[in-house]
Amino acid sequence: MIKKLIVFNFIVFLISLNAVHSIEPDIFVQSTVNRASDTLSADKTKEERIEELKQIALDTVDIKGIGFYSLGKHRKNLTSDKKKEYSKVFKDYFLNSFSSRLAEYSNPVIEVNSKEKINDNYTIVSSTLAATDKRPAIKIDWRIYTKNPDKPLIRDLIIEGLSLARTQKEEFNSIIQGADGDVEVLFVSLRNFSKK
Amino acid sequence: MIKKLAIILITTLALTVNTYAGSDGELLLKKNDPSNVKDCFEGFNRATFAFNQALDGILFEPVAKAYRILPSPVRTGVGNSLNNLSHLVTIPNNILQGDFKQAGINTGRFVINTTVGILGIFDVATQMGFSEYVKEDYGQSLGTAGVGPGCYLVLPVLGPSTIRDTTGSMMNILGGDPWYNVSVKNDTRYFNEKDYYVSRGTDGINFRAKNIESFDNLEENAIDFYASVKSLYLQDRKQKILNSKGVVDTMNDSDWEEIEDK
Repeated sequence: MIKKLIVFNFIVFLISLNAVHSIEPDIFVQSTVNRASDTLSADKTKEERIEELKQIALDTVDIKGIGFYSLGKHRKNLTSDKKKEYSKVFKDYFLNSFSSRLAEYSNPVIEVNSKEKINDNYTIVSSTLAATDKRPAIKIDWRIYTKNPDKPLIRDLIIEGLSLARTQKEEFNSIIQGADGDVEVLFVSLRNFSKK
Repeated sequence: MIKKLAIILITTLALTVNTYAGSDGELLLKKNDPSNVKDCFEGFNRATFAFNQALDGILFEPVAKAYRILPSPVRTGVGNSLNNLSHLVTIPNNILQGDFKQAGINTGRFVINTTVGILGIFDVATQMGFSEYVKEDYGQSLGTAGVGPGCYLVLPVLGPSTIRDTTGSMMNILGGDPWYNVSVKNDTRYFNEKDYYVSRGTDGINFRAKNIESFDNLEENAIDFYASVKSLYLQDRKQKILNSKGVVDTMNDSDWEEIEDK
């Protein structure tokens, strides 16, 4: 009986341990949004905001995953050294693009509405960016990569049904195809963007 | 000239219709996937895109910015009124897509908003509990019937389109838009062609005014702005043709799964 009780308690302990450590995707999104919102509404210089936003992106976005997704079929033609180089170039590009996109906003209000688990790897979290007097409310869905439930990561933002990752993938493909399949041209474009 | 252009477009469109017309949603999804839409006229498209951008910088963006100075209730009223007018194209397309229930709802909304809502300025129907209004057009109806998008096309002034969607737009001036029929095509005592073109122009300005920051942000952060706009347009059309609000319906997860072995 005591043995059974110990086993039972141990199982309950394991379950509770898991519950403590795994983060629900919707809570993850809300906390990320709150973090970004705090940064944007704080009395800081633009440069300070950008640095903080970059750190938020490093903590919450699967930059490497998005980078390879954006490369699409061209990823298969890269050597492992080129993949490493691309990951670095893409990371710089992404952080610059991400922070400059957000830095212009002041205190955006985003409300998380619901979540839908697609499979063990992905959950879509639905949210709404509140309307202002200049623009209507905007529906934003977040593709959250949940393979490691303890550390969910953002892989895509889907704004009014339009995927930013998908758009970027087609943009990159257009650049590479325009250069007759030369991926180096994309590397140059990404580096130039990061220097802006 | 317009008749000739319509015939050319319809003929080209006929060539894009394949034997799978009218098949299931999965095929519809595949056909309308942005990556499957060919950019057959890329040189022409990029030139037209550059022209449109210049025109936007000189004309549309400044006008849209000026339009935004108007008080919010005025802009809302203008937007409502234009939305109300678009029911005249949406309702026949609800019917063409076999969605008779939605056609009935939209007819009710149009009647209420045109009368009680004073020519659509006030969206009384939504306040009465009518479901959210979703626009439909002839391009979407062709897509729903299984017609593939054909090549991507950038039209001067009008912007991104496809062969199918351009053909759909031509249907508006070939009798499919009652507003065009009573204002431009037929000489009525109440409306003339100026009313039609003003309404279309205002619709464009209203759209541009709502998206000034989004467009600027997109342009500033794009490496290839043309490719970004093309992707966004084709994604939007795909979603509209599938009448899908959920991203899960339109996203192909294999896209993402392929990077698992990165």
